[in-house]
Amino acid sequence: MTTVDELLALGDDALIAAQRLAEWTTRAPELEEDVALANIALDLLGQARMLLSYAADLERAGLEGAGRDEDALAYLRGEREFRNAQLTELPRGDFADALVRMLFFAAYQRELYAELAAGPDERLAAIAGKASKEVAYHVDHAIMWTLRLGDGTDESHRRAQAAVDRLWPYTFELFEDRPHLREAWLAAVEPVLAEATLDRPEDGRFRPTGGRKGVHTEHMGYLLAEMQSLHRAHPGASW
Amino acid sequence: MYGNDIPEQPGHARLLDEVAAAERDLTGRGLGGDGTEGGADDYFGAVIAADGKIEPRDEMPEAYRKSLIRQIAQHAHSEIIGMQPEGNWISRAPSLKRKAILLAKVQDEAGHGLYLYAAAETLGVDRADLYEMLLDGRQKYSSIFNYPTLTWADVGAIGWLVDGAAIVNQVPLCRCSYGPYARAMIRVCKEESFHQRQGYEILHVLANGSPEQKAMAQDAIDRWWYPSLAMFGPPDTDSTHSAQSMAWKIKRFSNDELRQKFVDMTVQQAEVLGLSLPDPDLRLGEDGHWAYTQPDYDELFTVIKGDGPCNRQRIEHRRAAWEDGAWVREAATAYAKKREGATV
Amino acid sequence: MSWPLWEVFVRPRRGLNHQHVGSLHAADAEQALRNARDLYTRREEGVSIWVVPATAISASSPEERDAFFAPAADKIYRHPTFYEVPEGAEHI
Repeated sequence: MTTVDELLALGDDALIAAQRLAEWTTRAPELEEDVALANIALDLLGQARMLLSYAADLERAGLEGAGRDEDALAYLRGEREFRNAQLTELPRGDFADALVRMLFFAAYQRELYAELAAGPDERLAAIAGKASKEVAYHVDHAIMWTLRLGDGTDESHRRAQAAVDRLWPYTFELFEDRPHLREAWLAAVEPVLAEATLDRPEDGRFRPTGGRKGVHTEHMGYLLAEMQSLHRAHPGASW
Repeated sequence: MYGNDIPEQPGHARLLDEVAAAERDLTGRGLGGDGTEGGADDYFGAVIAADGKIEPRDEMPEAYRKSLIRQIAQHAHSEIIGMQPEGNWISRAPSLKRKAILLAKVQDEAGHGLYLYAAAETLGVDRADLYEMLLDGRQKYSSIFNYPTLTWADVGAIGWLVDGAAIVNQVPLCRCSYGPYARAMIRVCKEESFHQRQGYEILHVLANGSPEQKAMAQDAIDRWWYPSLAMFGPPDTDSTHSAQSMAWKIKRFSNDELRQKFVDMTVQQAEVLGLSLPDPDLRLGEDGHWAYTQPDYDELFTVIKGDGPCNRQRIEHRRAAWEDGAWVREAATAYAKKREGATV
Repeated sequence: MSWPLWEVFVRPRRGLNHQHVGSLHAADAEQALRNARDLYTRREEGVSIWVVPATAISASSPEERDAFFAPAADKIYRHPTFYEVPEGAEHI
């Protein structure tokens, strides 16, 4: 059966990815893209809410009395209690970072949700089924941009390659719990990089890890400080 | 969908009805008839007189075209710059539900800016030129967005007061004589119907929350009330563009008429919230309208001239986004060119 | 530098024609379609989208208004209401 920790890992991935992506609002290269990125951030936020609510319900079932809800989980846990992969918390970076990260992350989510949608946990399967349609579009959007940045101008190629090189090591952590998914992920990602005239980095020894155990990058504390500040300033308040 | 747990705002449904009526009139005009059967010499004048719509390639006075470009561009710029003060709180929204609503709202504003730029482009200008005029100060945006959002309650106050004032301004534009502008406004008004409600809901929750929350809500209203009144522009006696715009049926009510309408709606809504408007001289007159204290128009002109608290910050933010995105836009263009060449 | 302009047509639901809803900017057709989806169907407004480069549209000119459209005005026999239906006839 699904555990609270597993749900937190799924929900935290979506939440932190949404928090980072939403930073692009008012900052995208064109207005059309501002709208597109906000759509994707809203999808991720929706996934996070469903997953965290499920985690909260599951946690409550094993407790006496009132448990936590999605907001208590999002706003009142400390950094060491967050289970997201480090890829999602890395700073916003430039537009190439955003879209290459989207490619890596959405392609992972697509494999993951496809598996969960066919799994034995009905509630999780329903969430994954809905999310599958969303991430299919995220993958599509990320591919569209990876091709344009990789095979666009010299500058865009340079930036896209730098983003690929920077982010590649962080993709290993995504598959720690489900190593079998990486093959399908590579089969999706590698042809895109090739078509975008980008080099697929070597699988080196630098493979940051720890997110699933609550060990994060130094960036995570600032992300949470910002996200949680207002909620924490008014303990017990309704919004 | 986004919260039904608050009292209906008095006056809200009536405004939406007006939008729906404008849309019905637009689609229900029937076959042919634009009011100018028989090829009048003054086609433009005849269409305006018959309350018809001017469409993009129609002949029109150059001054009408220029005036529309100015107004539509200003409106579009306001939507885009207006994303910033609220966008300031997306990362800190106090619940996940509020975060989703706010993100969707700010995203809508980008969309509305786009619809409006599209309407302006039917008049033969390019969006990139309009951006440039925004960035170098040749075109303005609503001065209200040059005030800072200091607390979460400001998000509520912007939704309730600023969007409320905007809707009062915009609903008559759904009947504006220029077709693309009227159609864009109908779309904008319909989508915006949730914006004002979410702001009102935020304030309602705060007003019924802890003493700190209530104080936060009152403080926000105190700061946003007069700038919201100033959104309707200078008093009719000083307004430079009004008369001609009314004759062309771009504008259908004067600044003071719209301001009065807004005050009349808002007073009762404030009572329902249990919060006060910062005007000790509000009095219900015998004519059924509320007498109110005028906003400080000197302050308005200071802000319009560029010296409000956030003018520089807003434009710098917009400029940075545009300039930082140049390499991305160029990449997409270069990619498209390569593909075109490849398929020939 | 900016991207070219595209006109957007959306089929609101099956059984209806595509309708012009507005325009947007995109570097190519693929991107234009996606931008149209994000911009013009955020509230489930459509089931199918067309995008057309604005420069590819040939439009009738307002000066030809009378020559193009006035002749249709007196051909009222093209409309069903022109015809009298004898009393008692149903389903016509």
